[in-house]
Amino acid sequence: MRFGIVVFPGTWSDTDCYYQVKDILGQDADYVWHREESLAGYDCVILPGGFSYGDYLRAGAIARFSPVMAALNKFAGGGGLVIGICNGFQVLCEAGLLPGVLMRNQHLEYRCQWTNLRTERTDTPFSRRCPPERPLLVPVSHGEGNYYAAPDTLARLEGEGRVLFRYCEPDGTVTAAANPNGSSHNIAGIVNEAGNVLGMMPHPERSCEPLLGSADGNLIFESVIDAVAVGGRN
Amino acid sequence: MPVSQETLDEIALSAAEYGLIIDRLDREPNPVELGMFGALWSEHCGYKHSRPLLRLLPSRSSRVLSQSGAENAGAVDIGDGLAVVFKVESHNHPSAVEPLQGAATGVGGIVRDILAMGARPLALLNSLRFGPLDSAPGSDHNRHLFRGVVEGISWYGNCIGVPDVAGEIYFDESYSGNPLVNAMCVGLVSADKLASAAAGGVGSVLLLVGADTGRDGIHGASGLASRTFEEGQEQELRPTVQVGNPFLEKILIESCLEALDTGGVSGIQDLGAAGLTSAAIESAYRGGRGIILDLAQVHRREPGMTGYEVMLSESQERMLLVTPPEQVERVRQVFQKWDISCREIGQVIREPQAHILDGDQSLAQLPIKPLTEAPRYRLQGKPAPEQLARQRLSLAEVALPPAGPAAALLTLLAAPNIASKQSVYRRYDHQVQTNTVVGPGSDAAVLRIKGTGKAIALSIDGNGRYCYLDPYRGGQIAVAEVCRNLSCSGAEPLALTDCLNFGNPERPEIYYQLEWCVRGIARACRALGVPVVSGNVSLYNESQGQAILPTPILGGLGLLEDAARHTRAAWTEEGLAVFLLGQGDWRTRAADLAGSEYLQAVQGKVAGRPAIDLSLEGRVQELGRRAIREGIVASAHDCSDGGLAVALAESASAGDIGFQGGPALARLPRRWDAALFGERQSRIVVSLLPEQRPRLERLAADLEVPLLELGTTGGSRFRLGRYADLPLAEVADAWTESLARRLAG
Repeated sequence: MRFGIVVFPGTWSDTDCYYQVKDILGQDADYVWHREESLAGYDCVILPGGFSYGDYLRAGAIARFSPVMAALNKFAGGGGLVIGICNGFQVLCEAGLLPGVLMRNQHLEYRCQWTNLRTERTDTPFSRRCPPERPLLVPVSHGEGNYYAAPDTLARLEGEGRVLFRYCEPDGTVTAAANPNGSSHNIAGIVNEAGNVLGMMPHPERSCEPLLGSADGNLIFESVIDAVAVGGRN
Repeated sequence: MPVSQETLDEIALSAAEYGLIIDRLDREPNPVELGMFGALWSEHCGYKHSRPLLRLLPSRSSRVLSQSGAENAGAVDIGDGLAVVFKVESHNHPSAVEPLQGAATGVGGIVRDILAMGARPLALLNSLRFGPLDSAPGSDHNRHLFRGVVEGISWYGNCIGVPDVAGEIYFDESYSGNPLVNAMCVGLVSADKLASAAAGGVGSVLLLVGADTGRDGIHGASGLASRTFEEGQEQELRPTVQVGNPFLEKILIESCLEALDTGGVSGIQDLGAAGLTSAAIESAYRGGRGIILDLAQVHRREPGMTGYEVMLSESQERMLLVTPPEQVERVRQVFQKWDISCREIGQVIREPQAHILDGDQSLAQLPIKPLTEAPRYRLQGKPAPEQLARQRLSLAEVALPPAGPAAALLTLLAAPNIASKQSVYRRYDHQVQTNTVVGPGSDAAVLRIKGTGKAIALSIDGNGRYCYLDPYRGGQIAVAEVCRNLSCSGAEPLALTDCLNFGNPERPEIYYQLEWCVRGIARACRALGVPVVSGNVSLYNESQGQAILPTPILGGLGLLEDAARHTRAAWTEEGLAVFLLGQGDWRTRAADLAGSEYLQAVQGKVAGRPAIDLSLEGRVQELGRRAIREGIVASAHDCSDGGLAVALAESASAGDIGFQGGPALARLPRRWDAALFGERQSRIVVSLLPEQRPRLERLAADLEVPLLELGTTGGSRFRLGRYADLPLAEVADAWTESLARRLAG
């Protein structure tokens, strides 16, 4: 299968995502410059982490106007799989592809640390390979990852099972202490209504080899590869 | 003399130096020319007081690909056709004036030095010094500086996608008002693609790329970095501090690397201290050429800037490229893609002259050589009587603390110089680029090199207190410690970079410190077989007549042939035997406590004469490395600040595993303080599976390194015989949380 990895000026996880899907998982991958107007031919498009356009105004606020975002809208509308990581999640929220916003971390500091993620469901194209019995060890690295949505939106997300990953303790229990940024309901990642667009603050591309401390992030991309191979989104 | 003293003061030139300029030119310089001399003859660019001393440092080895001072950073061959490029640089004075921007642009500047070698920036490190955070007068200001500097490093480094993998922070009264911000950057490049700063062939085009040139940072090199501060001057100096734009830096990195990949760039140079003046003149000098610049072509941030301002502006995020004329279009297209300004501002000429034009008006016409040949001063140093008096330390004058060893241990673990810096480094992205095997918090960071099985180890270290008490031995210890940190990860030390932070060298006692620290560094480098391949000098670190402690900072690069064979400081499992390498009995000496954190934090004393045996040091490090490489030991931790008890407590806290002291700790000498908290050099704490004991003992005997078995890992208590028995949680809390608590309080 073929991954497209979008590069905005200021993106920095592009090479990390490329390394993971290409060198670790052996898939085809291309960088997609932000001026591209078509995403045809890709099975999954990744919006990687970074500081698109410096994020001086608000994280993701400028990137959403890039030409590639119109193409992404179309791609997602047609059922294509999209993963927004960190800044990519922020861009997806700014673009209205996902509900809610990512505010500054509650403690107002940037945080780079390991987190445990509880996988809430394993019947999605992003999580079918994730083991339900143990959390994934995946790091965060952000200053604005505090997920917020209006109470009715949150209720809907929960009701429709669209919260995919939640910050938790190593044993899987969800506690305030395990929440690195103050996110509502310890939310680390959500999907859209159709289930083909994932936004998550943690960086699965950083947990790609045991030498780096964890290879759990591979499970998310392996889920996608699986899902595409069986021809469905699930 | 037609030029006023005031004008000379502004650019930090003496009247005698002005006379020298007239001699060399055989005429008066005009104001633009004088400004160029001021910048290039500043201590920061011209190394007036330090160059004769820097020549004492060994700079060669079979792996060194560059010559210290000849390029923007040192380059070291790590095999597989790859070179690691690295350098440390100070941004002390700007950070004293405006901590956030000062620290941020310090990071930006050193990253561009690495970029100028054609290398992709792979990692950042930093070494910071501040005044105490909680003593009464000046404490608020120290906190302001501390917060600003950390925020600046976090903001800039995180935005450009270069991981910040290691660092150190110390506090001392002497840094109040004169903090030290030393930033180190490490890059990776194919050895055959190392770029040069030298101007290329005659007719080559000079391209200025990146930010618009503004009025920020004028006189940064001469006015800020090469003078001492008077009271209240910080406000007045603020316009000489530059303002950073990390987003532009990030796309400048990508675009310059892409431009270099086209093969159309023959030279590349960053614009740092003294801006365009230094970049263009140094490039011409290194290429043995001259240059013509037309300042009318320089894209400016605001109208009405004079040629003088354009030449001396230190606006950030700018690079100068030298390109053969037929390649200009190809190179320009790269920058167009990234929406980055790229302007032809001049060309390389045969005659070694600098012609500076502004449209059709000639602003300066100077020969290159005198500009780059700042006068050199070899002064006579003399130790301060106070320093000599402090060297005398007898244990009889130091009473054992009545509260006992456990209380002293907790005091030390909570002391800002020893307490974990986790609350700082968790604010730095230390994982981006997915190479970080060991991040901040261990003795050295370990980064794997993709496409090979290898890893590099990185560390940065310095101890101003030792250097203050004995500059010669302090300099030696600084080298030994940074190499020991690398060895504790399993890496072979390959090369060093140094940043020499001192007070005003025109004072004999400061020159003495500078000279003897350099001599000490040189001696240890020879003994341990590591060259110094790059560096920077920051003098005039004084505030209100008070000099900082002499603070040479050493950055180290090490190599692990097998990335998987590395160790950390933290204990990894219960039931491991814990050994001390480098010490075989408890005989204590006054020198063990010299300059120790214990003496200062618990006894309120800075005294003694630190000592080191470089031959033992080399053998201990080799033992550590071989034991790691051969899989004998599971962890290794340098025994340094706070001594043995602190080293054990750190390994326990970091691994969340307790410790049970064995027979050796059951009965210490009467001076248990020297045994537990003395900072004797050349010691490493290791842990190993009990069945590995004979292998370790054999190896130690071969290398003639004494050993001492200390105890066993495990349990939830931290026990040092009858000297301390504490819950591990209490020990860990004192170490990990104290710095954050102090800042919050």
